[in-house]
Amino acid sequence: MSRIAETFAALKRLGRGGFIPFITAGDPDIATTELLLIELAAAGADIIELGVPFSDPVADGETIQRASERALRKGVTLRDVLTCVARAKQHIDVPIVLFSYFNPLLRFGEDRLANKAKEAGVDAVLVTDLIPEEAQTWIEILVQRDLEPIFLVAPTTSDQRLKEIARQARGFIYAVSRAGVTGTRDEMTGDAEALVKRVRSVSDLPVAVGFGISTAEQIRQVWHFAEAAVTGSAIVREIEKLAGSADLVDRIGEFARSLLAPKTNDSPQQGTLPSRAQH
Amino acid sequence: MQKSQIIRSEPDEHGHWGRFGGRYVPEILVAPLEELTEEFTRARQDNNFWRELNQLLRDYAGRPTPLFHARRLTAHAGGAQIYLKREDLLHTGAHKINNALGQALLARRMRKQRVIAETGAGQHGVATATVCALFGLRCVIYMGAEDVRRQALNVFRMRLLGAEVITVNAGTRTLKDAINEALRDWVTNVHDTYYLLGSALGPHPYPLMVREFQSVIGREAREQILSATGKLPRALIACVGGGSNAIGLFHPFIADERVRLIGVEAGGHGDSLGEHAARFHTGERSGGGCIGVLQGTMSYVLQDPNGQIATTHSISAGLDYSAIGPEHAFLHDNGRAEYISSSDSEALEGFELSARLEGIIPALETAHAILPAVRIARESTRDDAIIVNLSGRGDKDVQLIADLQR
Repeated sequence: MSRIAETFAALKRLGRGGFIPFITAGDPDIATTELLLIELAAAGADIIELGVPFSDPVADGETIQRASERALRKGVTLRDVLTCVARAKQHIDVPIVLFSYFNPLLRFGEDRLANKAKEAGVDAVLVTDLIPEEAQTWIEILVQRDLEPIFLVAPTTSDQRLKEIARQARGFIYAVSRAGVTGTRDEMTGDAEALVKRVRSVSDLPVAVGFGISTAEQIRQVWHFAEAAVTGSAIVREIEKLAGSADLVDRIGEFARSLLAPKTNDSPQQGTLPSRAQH
Repeated sequence: MQKSQIIRSEPDEHGHWGRFGGRYVPEILVAPLEELTEEFTRARQDNNFWRELNQLLRDYAGRPTPLFHARRLTAHAGGAQIYLKREDLLHTGAHKINNALGQALLARRMRKQRVIAETGAGQHGVATATVCALFGLRCVIYMGAEDVRRQALNVFRMRLLGAEVITVNAGTRTLKDAINEALRDWVTNVHDTYYLLGSALGPHPYPLMVREFQSVIGREAREQILSATGKLPRALIACVGGGSNAIGLFHPFIADERVRLIGVEAGGHGDSLGEHAARFHTGERSGGGCIGVLQGTMSYVLQDPNGQIATTHSISAGLDYSAIGPEHAFLHDNGRAEYISSSDSEALEGFELSARLEGIIPALETAHAILPAVRIARESTRDDAIIVNLSGRGDKDVQLIADLQR
């Protein structure tokens, strides 16, 4: 069983929803990213999505675009990102999903990337602009190395394609909550829940919901109908705000904890959250 | 270079020309792209669609455009007869209107009320704003801040036509960044918005569709040259940014193997990565010759060794783009078409030559094709003819030239 499958199995046993934070590698710098991975794991992340910075992130809103720009200004490369994962993985065993656009991977070399990613301890790869129709070779390359290809589904995805994507996907299915780019939204629409229902009818894989999930309340809402919630821009925005402060890592840890178990929230979820330190 | 026996250049059903093209997009865009592909496929087989488009091209845009025998330029070159395909005479001043009209008809068939587009030089933005006014559609144009600066006249024209022009400050602030913003708009507003892409690039079906709408250039030119000279031309020459005017001229000649197809890229002001927009430029420093994925399609992409998209430079906003349309990549790799480049200063020289010798002020983009045309004419005999796609007029560039001369 893969680490991701184990994680979802454990969540199911514990009867709680999963928390998947996203950060951009190299923001504010690659050394801090390593510490952030460790801190997010300690704060209760079940899986971490690590964004590979790209010059032209068309699926991302302004927050993550700016994070990418900051990382690229620091000269962060895919090689740096993999080194960072390898170092962090000496301290944590939370599954890591590499989240990238296709061109940097293509330039690095698909085979070489898969080898290096596996060595570094990456568990899965999600390529934002690679749909299964264009990904046949890529999927084979990943699967041969026990890396899991994660695919997105969107409210606009037809039932027929949903079935096809479910057939190709491993690990979990990432459901995009609504039309649009990444970024925080005040409220969730019913689109996400309807989409997850459609996924259920064609797949047994766990479903994570992302795009626009930025508050503890929204995460709880997602847990009512999906296995996990992804929070990206809200965390990246905190990192941006804290740029330069000495306690950035601790405060991002606090922020992640507040998303998971808000102090004012007396929902039963809170009591069932195990401390990650015991794992 | 050994030429293969290419007699056709058609993509597979998913928009691949060999390994190039395809659909590299966020999942959310697959549904609207499929919807668009279906509608385009239906329209393509619908005589009424073509009848309406051809009537608009004739009565509104001013087709057919003349094929003009440029005698003084020919004398200057001292070789083959140079003919200019006068797309600059079209309504709005460039070939872009051919595609804008075709796609606007599609948008109307699909009942989309809002149209978005990117623009570099502003010619496609003006064409889109124009057809939106004609069809009563809302129009939003994305344009990089750098291009807004150097093509101020076109920004004003778009606004006069009722379009909202959004200045893009991200990235390199040029065409590439305008496309990024248009794509972001589209993923957010997929339900009511039609993305009217202006060049033969982006995800399937755009490269195919834009080529189909621009192929009218080559079809007319082929008839015109045959009737003027009784034989096929020795060469066709066109500037290549994304590549829509070039592919529009080239495509109807693909099976005519003896006709050389020559695309001219922007050589900018140097050979290093970042100093030009010559995607087929070879050599270590240039960053040329790299296959990659940008904005939905696989093609040649100027990029750094880490796969980050490189900045480009060209004096002309319309050629200032890091990738090239996938069909050009295909024609390049199989040797059917040749690609060369003209530097900024060669473009300026061509600009002046066209103005002084023929009384035609070309767009700076188009001006890149003039000097190569003279060179190629010089290498050929007087019995031969070559056709240059005079893709756009240069009014928009006059201020920039004036500033340079100051």
